[in-house]
Amino acid sequence: MIRFENVTKKLGGKTVLNDISFEVGEGETFVIVGLSGAGKSVTLKHMIRLMVPNSGNVVIDGETINGLSRAALREVRTKFGVLFQSSALLQWMSVIDNIALPLREHTRMGEEEILQKVDEKLRMLNLGDAGDKFPADLSGGMQKRVGLARAIIMNPKIVLYDEPTSGLDPVTSRRIDDLIVGMRKELGITSVVVTHDLHSALAIGSRIMMLHKGHIVENATPEEFIRSKDETVQSFLEAQYITKKGKWEKVGHE
Amino acid sequence: MKDSGRSAARMGSQVLQLMQNTGHAMFMLLEAIYFTRYVFSKRSRGETLVQLYITGIKSLAVITVVAMFTGMILALQTGLELRRYGQEVYIGSAVAVSMIREMGPFMTGLIIAASVGSAIAAQIGTMTVSEEIAALEVMSINPNRFLVMPRLVALVVMMPILTVYTNILGIFGGGVVGATQLGVSMQAYMDNATQFATNKDLYVGLLKAAIFGAVIATVACHQGFMTTEGAVGVGKATRRSVIISFLVILVLGYMITRMFYI
Ligand SMILES: Nc1ncnc2c1ncn2[C@@H]1O[C@H](COP(=O)(O)OP(=O)(O)OP(=O)(O)O)[C@@H](O)[C@H]1O
Ligand SMILES: [Mg+2]
Repeated sequence: MIRFENVTKKLGGKTVLNDISFEVGEGETFVIVGLSGAGKSVTLKHMIRLMVPNSGNVVIDGETINGLSRAALREVRTKFGVLFQSSALLQWMSVIDNIALPLREHTRMGEEEILQKVDEKLRMLNLGDAGDKFPADLSGGMQKRVGLARAIIMNPKIVLYDEPTSGLDPVTSRRIDDLIVGMRKELGITSVVVTHDLHSALAIGSRIMMLHKGHIVENATPEEFIRSKDETVQSFLEAQYITKKGKWEKVGHE
Repeated sequence: MKDSGRSAARMGSQVLQLMQNTGHAMFMLLEAIYFTRYVFSKRSRGETLVQLYITGIKSLAVITVVAMFTGMILALQTGLELRRYGQEVYIGSAVAVSMIREMGPFMTGLIIAASVGSAIAAQIGTMTVSEEIAALEVMSINPNRFLVMPRLVALVVMMPILTVYTNILGIFGGGVVGATQLGVSMQAYMDNATQFATNKDLYVGLLKAAIFGAVIATVACHQGFMTTEGAVGVGKATRRSVIISFLVILVLGYMITRMFYI
């Protein structure tokens, strides 16, 4: 579904991604972890061609997207919903207008139908009474959820989440995790999740990939991941009090 | 030797950068012009109206003061000179012609670049660094249609209207100075003004105003899109957008006058 073939990306004189190859299959919940600045957001941006590799290919559904025409790129992008690290809501629009934006831009739906769809998402994400507020008046967690509502309003096949739970309280984080899992189970949506929270990664992930200094140091199932021999992985695990024999609850891919 | 080689190379790359940026800005402008065919579509007309309102209303107070004083200064300057030849009554045409042809569009352009242009650069700059522009692209919403086109239309439409306002106030301000300081009656002043200012002056002035509007929109939006490095970058983009707009307005103003009057 998503395949990176020897992708190298240099930014500001630094090699951020160094000859990276991996594949995300359909229906997976693919988790990317790594220290701050490891290139996780850059990796996500390559999937939707917000960035183009210096060398190597990004392949979506068998199609190399590096040099696509505008129309073809548009087609590819309709497969994706993206939750940005900074939520990226339009500040001058209300929550409802933000979520409704893709519908208003790309469909001929009537206003009533649009509002009904938006309302459905608002309730699903527990944003019931926030509809008329503006992004600046929302907490960080609420902004994330509005961003998520906007990302999924067009029913994408693949959803990219850039740190969906960072800065959220544990209960809300858990709700978002459940949502990611739920969307896979009910709609078969493929997810790529960037997170710092290993507990959540282990719980929801089908695979976990760790980036470090431009390389993939591990790409494995949660079970294999915690037994990884790699030192960076081990110190990353230890930093979050997870040991090799550690137990955790799995909610995603039992 | 080595040093001069290096600085020549640096200058070369700066020139290249400048050309590349100008190219980007031109491409953005052309695409926004193409998208003006959607200006009355349901998706765009709301935003266009908002931008028209912001552009028209935001700077009205400053424009009023600046326009009055520009006319007053012009009248006083030329009036004192003309008085030596006993020709004070000609301040009417002096003020009217230079307001309509040059000072009206020029002053309005500077004020709008500093107020509306800087606000556009800051807004789009903020959107760029907070990934809002990237989000638009992922949603296949072209920022040149969604953001640039309504601002371009608003500025190209409002600049001539505001310039007419500036001209009227400037000419009126000149008349007040004439009547109170130079002993030229309002009647004589206006007669003289309307006698010498031609329709061509008016058209050229308004054409200038519209072009300045396009310049301000293009520079401000482009600087906004080019913003990097967070909040600091937004400040830089805002400042650059004002400086570049000023420079382009000055140079283009001169060139347009040259084109029509020489
Ligand atoms: N547009 C850009 N221009 C120059 N350098 C960039 C750009 N975007 C990212 N970088 C650099 O690339 C590296 C990786 O950035 P990235 O945003 O992918 O990190 P990350 O893994 O998402 O970190 P975090 O967990 O802090 O979000 C960083 O060193 C960053 O400075
Ligand atoms: Mg990141």
